[in-house]
Amino acid sequence: MSAATQDTAIRTGRVTRTLIYLVLILFALFYMLPLYVMLVNSVKPLDEITGGGMMNLPQEFTIEPWLKAWSTAQIGVDPTGLAPYFWNSIKMVVPAVIISTVLGALNGYVLTKWRFKYDTIIFGLMLFACFIPFQIVLIPMARMLGLMGLAGTTWGLALVHIVYGIGFTTLYFRNYYAVFPTELIRAAQIDGAGFFQIFWRILLPSSGPIAVVSVIWQFTNIWNDFLFGASFAGADSQPMTVALNNLVQSSTGVKEYNVHFAGAILAAMPTLLVYIVAGRYFVRGLMAGSVKG
Amino acid sequence: MGFLDIDNTTKAYGSVQVLHNVDISVEEGEFLVLVGPSGCGKSTLLNMIAGLEEITSGEIRIKGDVMNGVHPSKRNIAMVFQSYALYPNMTVGKNITFGLEMHGVPKPERDKAMQEVATLLQIEQLLDRKPGQLSGGQRQRVAMGRALVRNPDVFLFDEPLSNLDAKLRVDMRTEIKKLHQKLGTTIVYVTHDQIEAMTLSTRIAVMNGGYVQQLGTPQEIYDSPANIFVATFMGSPAMNVIPAIVRLQSGVPQAEITRHDGSLAHLPFSQANLAAWDGREILLGIRPETITDTDGADRKSANIAPLNNRIVVTEPAGSDTFVSMSLGGKDVIARMRSDAEVRPGQDFDFMVNMEKAVAFDPETEARILP
Amino acid sequence: MARTADADFKTRLQNWIPKLVLSPTIAMMAVFVYGFILFSVYLSFTDSRLLPSFGWVGFENYSKLWRLSHWEVSLTNMGIFAALYILICTAIGLTLAIFLDQKIRGEGFLRPIYLYPMALSFIVTGTAWKWFLDPGIGLENIMQSWGWVNFSFDWIKNRDYAIYTIVLAAVWQTSGFVMAMFLAGLRGIDNEILKAAQMDGASNWNLYRRIIIPQLRPAFLSAFVILSHLAIKTFDLVIAMTGGGPGRATELPATFMYSYTFTRNQMGIGAASATIMLMTIAAIMIPYLYSELREKK
Repeated sequence: MSAATQDTAIRTGRVTRTLIYLVLILFALFYMLPLYVMLVNSVKPLDEITGGGMMNLPQEFTIEPWLKAWSTAQIGVDPTGLAPYFWNSIKMVVPAVIISTVLGALNGYVLTKWRFKYDTIIFGLMLFACFIPFQIVLIPMARMLGLMGLAGTTWGLALVHIVYGIGFTTLYFRNYYAVFPTELIRAAQIDGAGFFQIFWRILLPSSGPIAVVSVIWQFTNIWNDFLFGASFAGADSQPMTVALNNLVQSSTGVKEYNVHFAGAILAAMPTLLVYIVAGRYFVRGLMAGSVKG
Repeated sequence: MGFLDIDNTTKAYGSVQVLHNVDISVEEGEFLVLVGPSGCGKSTLLNMIAGLEEITSGEIRIKGDVMNGVHPSKRNIAMVFQSYALYPNMTVGKNITFGLEMHGVPKPERDKAMQEVATLLQIEQLLDRKPGQLSGGQRQRVAMGRALVRNPDVFLFDEPLSNLDAKLRVDMRTEIKKLHQKLGTTIVYVTHDQIEAMTLSTRIAVMNGGYVQQLGTPQEIYDSPANIFVATFMGSPAMNVIPAIVRLQSGVPQAEITRHDGSLAHLPFSQANLAAWDGREILLGIRPETITDTDGADRKSANIAPLNNRIVVTEPAGSDTFVSMSLGGKDVIARMRSDAEVRPGQDFDFMVNMEKAVAFDPETEARILP
Repeated sequence: MARTADADFKTRLQNWIPKLVLSPTIAMMAVFVYGFILFSVYLSFTDSRLLPSFGWVGFENYSKLWRLSHWEVSLTNMGIFAALYILICTAIGLTLAIFLDQKIRGEGFLRPIYLYPMALSFIVTGTAWKWFLDPGIGLENIMQSWGWVNFSFDWIKNRDYAIYTIVLAAVWQTSGFVMAMFLAGLRGIDNEILKAAQMDGASNWNLYRRIIIPQLRPAFLSAFVILSHLAIKTFDLVIAMTGGGPGRATELPATFMYSYTFTRNQMGIGAASATIMLMTIAAIMIPYLYSELREKK
């Protein structure tokens, strides 16, 4: 047989192959459909949508819905647009991602290279915490944030995301460091390097890929969160997802679908951009959360 | 008291004891090899000397100072690892001087020491490269350079050659030996390769099952193995161990063994002190190279015994020809000159150098002769 | 002597640092996860309403909960949703993975398309589906404007069918992820086994049925665990698409808990429902995590 089929054992006939391509392309169209709907309808006037032209390309191109969604749309009581909520999300995501990743890296380092009795149990408990239905912590968390004076603040939300994100970041770094040769740590110990020197000089310089995975995963997850935002945010600390939902669900006035779609894209933009730029790492994070890393 | 003392040291993980009362005293400038099959405890012992594993009981002393509980970096030791353990993100130069940096040695001194070591090991041209760009042999040199630059009291080697291909391994073996002769350092070296152990060491500790089976010079280990484990572990092909019965014939003890066809052969021992074993079963140990044809027999030996037996298989290996036969119900290998005229199925007159023969107690497996 | 003592101190410090480094995380886990779980479970046995209160009422909240038709609807919906969601995701994921594994030209282009929904918020995709399926402006309207005047598709507004639109959107979001899991499994199978099976005369169909798919068992298990845990946690998507309606047609335990706790001021019942959700997930996750962590040792 030809060289192309040599490394895969399975050979398919021409008809089968055509069918396979057909199915694959149909599914690709299916997956692209909502994105297409959001994109084309966010740049057309409202009457083109209500007139049954949702699937059509815009006849009249306008960026008006985008501008409105960003800066003047009615969210809750004020016509502020999504802009302030976008910055709320940024202010929440950045510290939460950095802190949970740093803690995850240190935890992973300890759990693989400084093992002690019951470390697997501790890790198991951390991992289980990633999968709990967060409904179980909503009530006491609301109380705790109140007690700490963080109720309704961006910092409070960041704290919540740190707490429930550490399990995953620790999982990434633990699996990554588990295959990092322990002899290197021992060599560094003999060379006289301490705990932090080994981490800083030996492990961290080789941790680039997994740090990217952790940052991207945390960024995507926290940005996309709705439950915590809806439960703990105050009126002026709401993240983007909550604001978008308020925009779409508001029952006053005419439903401006084009503005809704523009808002949805604005909310999707950061994670979508990250996915386009570094999708490889995102998928790696996804897989590490499901199968053995 | 020696330079490095391992004094009645044990190691246990919970209730599982992996090292039993190890006693070894190493003199300054000695090259001690710990050899044994995997899981025998040799690497554990090395890690305990390094301070990477705790000592359960007993003491380890370097230059008389007790090392129990002392941090690895404070023991003035250096270690070469099996995987070389070179820091992947640092250049070769940084790798070599990292330990000095951690010990607060100023940069000019570090650079000077690095240059000296690089010259000694001929790796000057590699100093700016990363480990990933080096060949196996080059990494090996860098790992040794990292150890040498510290000028430690004791060098520890953990199977340093096992990741090299066969030819390079022999070259590096010679190089390590040269380095030891030149610098006169004290070395503890772990390997599972008995040839490395024989060629490099001034003394060998053969280990198995957490016990030191025998501690001695290579010659002692090879000629007078303490028990069947040592006898069969050291030497390649392994020593033949043949069931035999001691028969006193006019005061001379003979080993009575069964030939391929069931008939008996008698091989006289050189030593007379087997009288107590008359009529009892022993295990006779004969190294392959002491079974030869008539021309190959050792002329300096005073006790060459003839033995006629049938050849089963011949394996010419270039320099030697290995001949296998059946004796006492076991496959026995003889190592003959390559020009020996042997062929399978032939009844052949072998010559056995009984001066080199050893005997073991079949119950305890300990050596009873010589 | 003094120097030895120093060395010992440093060594001992080095032994403690790892545990010190881990301790903030352990403390957070102890309080924010396990402490909170205990607190919520405790609340489910109290008469808490608008605010937590500590009057012990035993199993009263649970018996009330099981008598609520609202809860029953949530559970029925959960059953329909979880079964279809897991089944369809697995079927689509496996099919796409097998098809993509046939040396497909453009795999590098198709795979990211299948997977990008996982990077989006359910609120975003929920919005898109909500309006796309809306009979007023979405699919029904589109088809009618294209000439199928009698075309009707109002499932999202229909009590009997709304839950299936949630299934559709959820499948759309996660099936690509399941595909990636199966693809990783397929790529992990030793090619020599396949060659051996072909030498034995196995057809492609038999190759997959008898040799390949049985070897994907770990991927099936992972997919099941991940999907069922996602199903039980489904919340955002319902909020964005239907808000639980029409009526209660798309209520799920997660939305039930939220509305009983925060809008109906029945905190005790909300806590009881959350406890049941936790126990369901624990029954799936704990054996799974246990076996994963054991194998690694």
